[in-house]
Amino acid sequence: MEHEEILHRCFRCGYCKLPGNYVDINCPSYLAFRFETYAPGGRMWLLRAWLDGKVAAGPRFADILFSCVACGNCVAHCAFPEFKDRLLLAFTAGKEAFLDEGVAPPMVRDLLTKIQNHGNAYGKPGKQRSGWAEGADIPLFSDQEYAFFADDVTAYDPRGQEIARSVARLLQLAGVNFGVLSGDFRSDGNDVRSLGETALFEDLAAHNIKEMNRLGVQKILTLSPHSLNAMKNDYPGLGGKQQVFHYTQALAFAMKNLKFKTDLPEIRVAFHDPCYLGRHNTDYESARMILRAVPGMKLVEMDRNRKNALCCGGGGGNFFTDLLSGGDDTPARVRVREAVASGALVLAVACPICAVMLEDAVKVENLEKTLRVCELSEIVMERIGF
Amino acid sequence: MISGLIQRLEKIVGSRFVSGAAEELYLYSMDPGTMPQAYPDAVALPKTVEEVAQIVRLAGELKVPVVPMGAGLVLSGLTRALRGGIILDMKRMNRIIAVNPMSRYAVVEGGASQGMLQAFLKKHHPSLKHSMPDAPPIATMAGNMCIHGSGHLSLLGGSHSDMLTGMEVVLPTGEIIRTGSCSVSPDWFGRSPLPDLSGLFLGWAGTTGIVTKLGIKLFPNYAFNDMLIFVCEDADAMPDVISRLTGVQVAEDMTPWMTPKPDWAKGFLHINIAFGAHSKKELTFKRNLLQASVRHYIDQKTAGFLPLPPTQKGRFLKVPSPDLARFADLRRGGGFEYVGAMMAIEHFPEAYRAGLAIAEKFQVSYSLGARIIGAGHAMMFFFAYAFNRADDDDVRRASLALEATNEAAINMGGIPWKAEMPVQRQIIERMDPETFALMGRIRSVLDPNGIMNPGNWEK
Repeated sequence: MEHEEILHRCFRCGYCKLPGNYVDINCPSYLAFRFETYAPGGRMWLLRAWLDGKVAAGPRFADILFSCVACGNCVAHCAFPEFKDRLLLAFTAGKEAFLDEGVAPPMVRDLLTKIQNHGNAYGKPGKQRSGWAEGADIPLFSDQEYAFFADDVTAYDPRGQEIARSVARLLQLAGVNFGVLSGDFRSDGNDVRSLGETALFEDLAAHNIKEMNRLGVQKILTLSPHSLNAMKNDYPGLGGKQQVFHYTQALAFAMKNLKFKTDLPEIRVAFHDPCYLGRHNTDYESARMILRAVPGMKLVEMDRNRKNALCCGGGGGNFFTDLLSGGDDTPARVRVREAVASGALVLAVACPICAVMLEDAVKVENLEKTLRVCELSEIVMERIGF
Repeated sequence: MISGLIQRLEKIVGSRFVSGAAEELYLYSMDPGTMPQAYPDAVALPKTVEEVAQIVRLAGELKVPVVPMGAGLVLSGLTRALRGGIILDMKRMNRIIAVNPMSRYAVVEGGASQGMLQAFLKKHHPSLKHSMPDAPPIATMAGNMCIHGSGHLSLLGGSHSDMLTGMEVVLPTGEIIRTGSCSVSPDWFGRSPLPDLSGLFLGWAGTTGIVTKLGIKLFPNYAFNDMLIFVCEDADAMPDVISRLTGVQVAEDMTPWMTPKPDWAKGFLHINIAFGAHSKKELTFKRNLLQASVRHYIDQKTAGFLPLPPTQKGRFLKVPSPDLARFADLRRGGGFEYVGAMMAIEHFPEAYRAGLAIAEKFQVSYSLGARIIGAGHAMMFFFAYAFNRADDDDVRRASLALEATNEAAINMGGIPWKAEMPVQRQIIERMDPETFALMGRIRSVLDPNGIMNPGNWEK
C-alpha cells in the first residue's frame, strides 16, 4: 500500500479530531460515530494492523475507511509536520487497496460502477450535462474567456441545476465573459479519486482534458469546488493545460459591475467554507469579498470558519454513499446548529453538495423558520432584486 | 464474549454507540504507550449519567468488568480491559454545563475535553482560564483530574486534583452520588467544609467509580504574559534555584527541562518560568522579582537567563504545545512514554543523573524535565523515552528503560504517577500495609462485585 511507511508514525494524539481553536470535534466521521476507530488516528492504526495481519478487511473496516470524507481537517491540524500532508493520501491508498480486495461498502461499489458505465454519478447521458442551461438564455461555450464546467450535482440534481442557473445569471449581470461547456463531458472525478479508484479517475480526467483541448478551452470556471480541486491540482499531471477558477474567484473582482437595491433590511449571513475551496485550495476570501460587497449584508462568522470549518459531510463521495447518515451528530446537522448559534439568518454556501447537504439538515433539525441555506449567488441576486 | 452483552448495551445507548467488532476491540485494547494489549468484550459510548448507571448495573448483574476511558492518552495502559469487559468511552458526555465567573469555577461533563473548555472560556469568559495539562487538547478534564494530573497553572493551584471543587460519580453499584459543595448546595464552589469524599475517586485508576460531572477551579487570564528561561549547568544547584524562584510566588508555571536536542540545549538545565499580569507595570515588577531571586547565581556567572526573541517566546507560551506530541516522532515511529514521578524537590539532581544513566544504558532517545507543583511543594519529574512503534527492539529497549526508571524513582523516594499495573504492584510493596488494607476494604464496600477496572491497584 502506498504511504504505508507513515502509518505507525501516528501517535494518536488527537489534534486531527479538532479544529485549531479546539471548540468542538471537527473530524466529520469521528463526530458522527465517536469511536476512536473513526478518527484519523484510528484509521492509521487499523490500516497498519491490517497490513500486519492483525485485523481483517471486512464490512465494518470498510465503512470506517470509506466514511472519511477527505475534508482535510486532519491534514490542517495534525501535530506532525513531517507526514501530515500524506494523511489523506494514505487513506486514499487504503481505500484503493480495499477496492482491490473487493471489500468496499456496497454503496461505494454501486457509485463507482455507475460512474464507470455512464460517466456520471446519476447514470444520465453525458450529452445532458448542459441541459440545465437550455431555455435560460445562458450562452454555450464558443470563444468566451471562461468555459463553465458543470459537475455531476450541478448538471443532474434538480437543486444543483437551480443553483447553476442562479450562478450563471449572476455572472452574466456582473459582466463575466463565459459560456457553458456543452460537449461530451464526464464527472470531474474528484470524489472518484478520493474513493481510491485511481484508474477510473484518470480515465475521466483524460476524457475531459481531451474534450477541453478539442474545444480550445483556456480558462475553466467551476461551480463545484470539487471540480476546481481535481482540475486545478490533478488534471495538470495528466496533461491538463487550462487555468482553473472557482466562479467566486471571477465574480469577486466583478462585483463593482452590479447594482444593488438599498431599501432592503439588513441580514446576517454566515459563510460555510467548502473544504475544496478552503482547506484544499486555501481560498477563504473570494466568497467573503462578494458578501462584503453587498449592501445590507452583515457577515457573521461561525466558531469554526476558514481553516477550522466543519465539513458538511458530503465529500469523498459521501454525498452519494451516505455512510455518515443516521445519527443526531452528522456533520451537516451539527453545522446548521452552529450557524444558528452564530446568529445568522442565512447560511451561504458556494458548493452544490454543501447546499443540498445543509438544506436537508435544516429540515431534519426543524430549523426551516430559523435558518435559510442559500447558494451565494442566490442571496446576492435577492439583493439585486431578482 | 458474554452472551447477550452487546444487545443489552444497545438497549441502553443505542446500536450506533456499541461495538463488539474486531476493529474497535483491537483499537481499544491498547493506548499509545508500551503496555501489552488487553482486549475488551465491548466498547460503549454513553451520552447521559443515567446511561452510565444502567451500564454499571448491567455489568454488576453479569459480573462483567467496566473500564472508564477519556481520551485514552494516559500512556501507561490504565484504560486497558485487563480482564475483558466493557470499555466506556466517555467522550460523548462533553458538555460545558456552567461557568461561575464570580466564584471562578466551571462545571463540565466527564468526557469534556481540555481544549473545549479552553475555547469556551476564550469566547464567553475571556478573563478566565483553567489549568491545561501538557497533554493534547482532546484529553479529558475528568481523566486528568482522576490521575492527579498537573498543568500550566500548577505552581499557582497545585495538582489538578487540588483544583477540583466537586464531582458527580456513578458508583460501581449504580447509584449516582455527589461530592463537595454540590452534594448540599446548588453551587460547586469547593470540597470543604464537608468530609472529603472526592478522594475516593482520585488516583484510583477508575477502580472506584465513574466520574460523570466535575467542578474545576478557574483562574484570572492575564492580559500580559511573559516567560523567562533560566539556564545553568549544575544539577546540584537546581533545588536551591527552584526554591528561590518559587519563593517569590509570582509565577504560574515552572517547568525545568533537559534534552540532548536541539544541539544548543544539550548539557544545560533550563527552567521555563511563565508569569502574567494585568498591566505592563505589574509584569515588569514580577519579572524583576523573579530575576532578583536568583541574582546570586547570575552574579557568580554560573547561570543566567536565556535571551528569548518574541517569536520563540510565543512558542513557549502556547498552551497546549503540539511540540510535546511531536516528541513521539523523534525516532520516526509514533511512540513515546514517560515515567512521571512525584517527588520532593531535593531529589532533582539524583533524578536527573538517573535519567541520563538509564538513557545511556538502554540507548533510548530521552527528554527529561519536571513540573513544579504548588509553591515548590513537590515536583513531577518526568523521564520520557521515544520509540519506533514499528521496531520491536526499540519498543523493548524503551520498556526496559521505563522499568528501570520506575525502580530508580521509587528507590529515591518518589512515587510514579499514573503508574501502570506492574508499577502499581511495586508501589504497593513499599506502601504501609495498613494503608493498602484500607484501600481494599474501601473497594470491597464500593464495588462488591469487583467490576471496576479490575487488575489495577491489586497485589
